[in-house]
Amino acid sequence: MTIPVSLVINGKTQAFDVGAHHVVADVLRERFGLTGCKVGCDQGVCGACTVLVDGAPVTGCATFMFAVDGREVTTIEGLGLDGALSPVQQAFLAAGAFQCGFCTAGMILSVTALLLRDRDPDEATIRQWLAGNICRCTGYNAIVEAVRRAARQVAEAS
Amino acid sequence: MKAPPFHYHAPDDLASAVALLATLENARVLAGGQSLMPMMNLRLAGPDHLIDLGRIADLRRIEETPQGLRIGAMTTQRALEKSDLVRRLCPLLAEAVALVGHQQTRNRGTLGGSLCHLDPGAELPVVAAALDAVLHVAGPAGARRIAFRDFPLDYLTPSLAPGEVLTHVDIARAPANSGAAFLEFNRRPADFAIVSAAATLTLGVDGRITQAAIALGGVSHAPVRLAQAEAGLIGARASVSAWESAAHLAAQSPCDGDELYPADYRQELSGVLVRRALAIACQRAGGAAHV
Ligand code: FES
Ligand code: FES
Repeated sequence: MTIPVSLVINGKTQAFDVGAHHVVADVLRERFGLTGCKVGCDQGVCGACTVLVDGAPVTGCATFMFAVDGREVTTIEGLGLDGALSPVQQAFLAAGAFQCGFCTAGMILSVTALLLRDRDPDEATIRQWLAGNICRCTGYNAIVEAVRRAARQVAEAS
Repeated sequence: MKAPPFHYHAPDDLASAVALLATLENARVLAGGQSLMPMMNLRLAGPDHLIDLGRIADLRRIEETPQGLRIGAMTTQRALEKSDLVRRLCPLLAEAVALVGHQQTRNRGTLGGSLCHLDPGAELPVVAAALDAVLHVAGPAGARRIAFRDFPLDYLTPSLAPGEVLTHVDIARAPANSGAAFLEFNRRPADFAIVSAAATLTLGVDGRITQAAIALGGVSHAPVRLAQAEAGLIGARASVSAWESAAHLAAQSPCDGDELYPADYRQELSGVLVRRALAIACQRAGGAAHV
């Protein structure tokens, strides 16, 4: 069965019919070509599919599309402004905080949400916040460093 | 894998939800979906009908009552984590909910979903057991209350009759001069607990313990209360030896194991976590820091 939904995706209102059993991650990827949203486990464990719903990180693989009807969804593609990378994206680049990049979009979205709540998170907070984003490559130290850099950059810019 | 197709229902009120659940074949309730959806993705669950409780506003609330807290079943774990009311009236719940899954899943996962799913490693059922939470359900035969101790029937199985929906949960406020602690052990921070322990203590004016509750998670299909250890603490002075006796009983309590974490390993953990949780609870109750 299909359900009509209407929501904002990366700033643009989209109205369409969607299969009841289709999850956010698959719809973003297959219907909107937003392949920055990765699917790692399909079980709400790895965080690769993290997207922001009204600013809060959720697992796109464990959220049905109908559940975000009327909400605002942000993916990695929606972060930069006019082709420029967001501060968190820049910090990940500068700190070399990724290798294969599979986890990176989810990481960056989680960190973006974190810095909106806490502008100067300590290491324990950063690590706890990123507990839901698993990286198989970097060993996390570079990622923590990237979060610190991003926090500094955001502080300096404001 | 992906979830198989199903029919979707989004009732606006509880009566319609109950009516749907009672009449449709192979129907399941959808709360936050953080356990059900992975199970559907893995094809461990394949409901023909999903009844989404997300539109029933009444099920999402945190209220202070004369007795304590009343929490709607659809309240998200994140809302509990951020609630000042929960922190003030029920610090044990506040401490435990921060350990549930990770922030992405807490943004969707609900109190009711966790209590009804009853994963043996889940945190919130252990809190409900330690605090003698009272569960309110609505069903085709009307509303009824269930003491949490009577709620788990078996592995992943709550004692809900066909058509019944958990609506809200009552938790008594923490008494004066009391303290609580929730500890768990797992390999990664966002995992279910291998073993978890919740403890509450109340101290009398003479420094003796007047109330104690200890619950363990991860040792059986459902949370286990340590009645004998609790009884041993009542009337005792807060002391290291009191915690050790309780820990000793915790480590002897019957326990299920698996290949990864055998029973004796979990029992050892139970003892350690109970000892630590009691010491922290005592300190929070205003007891001497050294015990
Ligand atoms: S793909 Fe969604 S959490 Fe792993
Ligand atoms: S960079 Fe490869 S998984 Fe994180």
